[in-house]
Amino acid sequence: MSSDTNTTNDAVNPAVDSNELIRFDKVVKRFGDNVVLDHLDFSVDSGKHVTLIGPSGSGKTTILRLLMTLLKPDEGTIKVGGQYLTHEEKNGKLVPAGEKHVRDVRKNIGMVFQQFNLFPNMKVLRNITEAPVQVLGLSKDEADQRARELLELVGLTEHIDKYPTQLSGGQQQRVAIARALAMRPQVLLLDEVTSALDPELVAGVLDVLRDIAHTTDITMLCVTHEMNFARDISDQVLMFDAGRVIESGAPEKIFGDPDHQRTREFLSAVL
Amino acid sequence: MNWDWSVVDAFMPRFWDGVLVTLQALFWGCLIAFTLGLVWAVAQRSPQKWISWPVTAITEFIRNTPLLVQLFFLFYVVPEWGPSMSPLTTGVIGLGLHYSTYTSEVYRSGIDAVPVGQWEAATALSLPRGHTWRAVILPQAIRRVIPALGNYVVSMLKDSPIIFAIGALEMLGEARGFSNETFTIEAYVVVGVAFLVIAYPASLLLRALERRLVQ
Repeated sequence: MSSDTNTTNDAVNPAVDSNELIRFDKVVKRFGDNVVLDHLDFSVDSGKHVTLIGPSGSGKTTILRLLMTLLKPDEGTIKVGGQYLTHEEKNGKLVPAGEKHVRDVRKNIGMVFQQFNLFPNMKVLRNITEAPVQVLGLSKDEADQRARELLELVGLTEHIDKYPTQLSGGQQQRVAIARALAMRPQVLLLDEVTSALDPELVAGVLDVLRDIAHTTDITMLCVTHEMNFARDISDQVLMFDAGRVIESGAPEKIFGDPDHQRTREFLSAVL
Repeated sequence: MNWDWSVVDAFMPRFWDGVLVTLQALFWGCLIAFTLGLVWAVAQRSPQKWISWPVTAITEFIRNTPLLVQLFFLFYVVPEWGPSMSPLTTGVIGLGLHYSTYTSEVYRSGIDAVPVGQWEAATALSLPRGHTWRAVILPQAIRRVIPALGNYVVSMLKDSPIIFAIGALEMLGEARGFSNETFTIEAYVVVGVAFLVIAYPASLLLRALERRLVQ
């Protein structure tokens, strides 16, 4: 992908790994007096599948929402593919990014939401083709073709002409995954994508995501309470508490033999 | 009181003239109110303060002054320095403008009722703001508010005789003219019944529409 060619002459951090796709640098996010992210530093390499775990309120979802520009950081910077997300460089100074810059960088990121958030006024097909046509400038036929391939991937080909409300929650979520993938993002953000589903529908959605994780080189950043799924697809697990990463490592390590007492407590409570 | 059907008969030609004017005022008034109301509602949501603030000020001003005063202003004051318009045109603009400030509130409630997740999904897909309005938000918002908008059609119908005050000869105007000339009262009754005959089925229709849309 084009981001592999990004320059590494970064004045702030000269030793940037060229494989690094996402970097949070001293990111602070507050809601009123509540500090949700406290000078958070972390990075994700291209193609990796990273799962964020931790108690609710620890800032996991906030990280995804910052990346999706649904929230703005109060301090610090976020880079995606070597470019600043909410800032841009002008005359050597960092200034808040304009709409166009944000749009350009954000195109590399897709998100699947807990509540699906499909457009109820559009049929399944148009839910998927709308953004590729409007944002990427694909022709109707190209977008249709892409949508059909993705619907096959998520196993919903026969529902192409239905409205979202005619589908089960699990089916809606799979359409939402297809919709996000239709933009061919480098990063897919998954925000508790099975939390709103009936238990018997969870497996179908997780199977699709497993499939995508194992067959594509897309980078995934995933907030989930499905620990088995996390163990299965993750290259790296980050344990959050109180707005900081308190421990990170391979899933075998974090789930099998965590270093941190807080991680052990959390896992024994959820597993 | 002596009811005389022949008076009713004699009133009929002018009555139909009045019906035509009433329906014209209603149709064009609604068109202005529904279109302009939408413009107000979207503009008030603009992140640009220099758009949202004046719009809020204008709509508050119009909503909180009487329609009759506004009609007199449009008919007697505006021509002093602006265009001078026929009573009907003035009435249509007055009705439309006045009611647009109410329909904008209706649209606003419909827009507010669209879940924030819809905006977030549009952002996540990088859909341009204008396109998000047109393709995602408004289709959902308007569907929700059609019954409420319909209520304003009936309200406007019932308020339409007010344009007689600036000389537009709608149903009531025709009735008054006729009654004054013939020293009769039947025409007023005819007009009263006519309003009922138009408004009641309209409200039934709206209720049916509401049942169909709100499922």
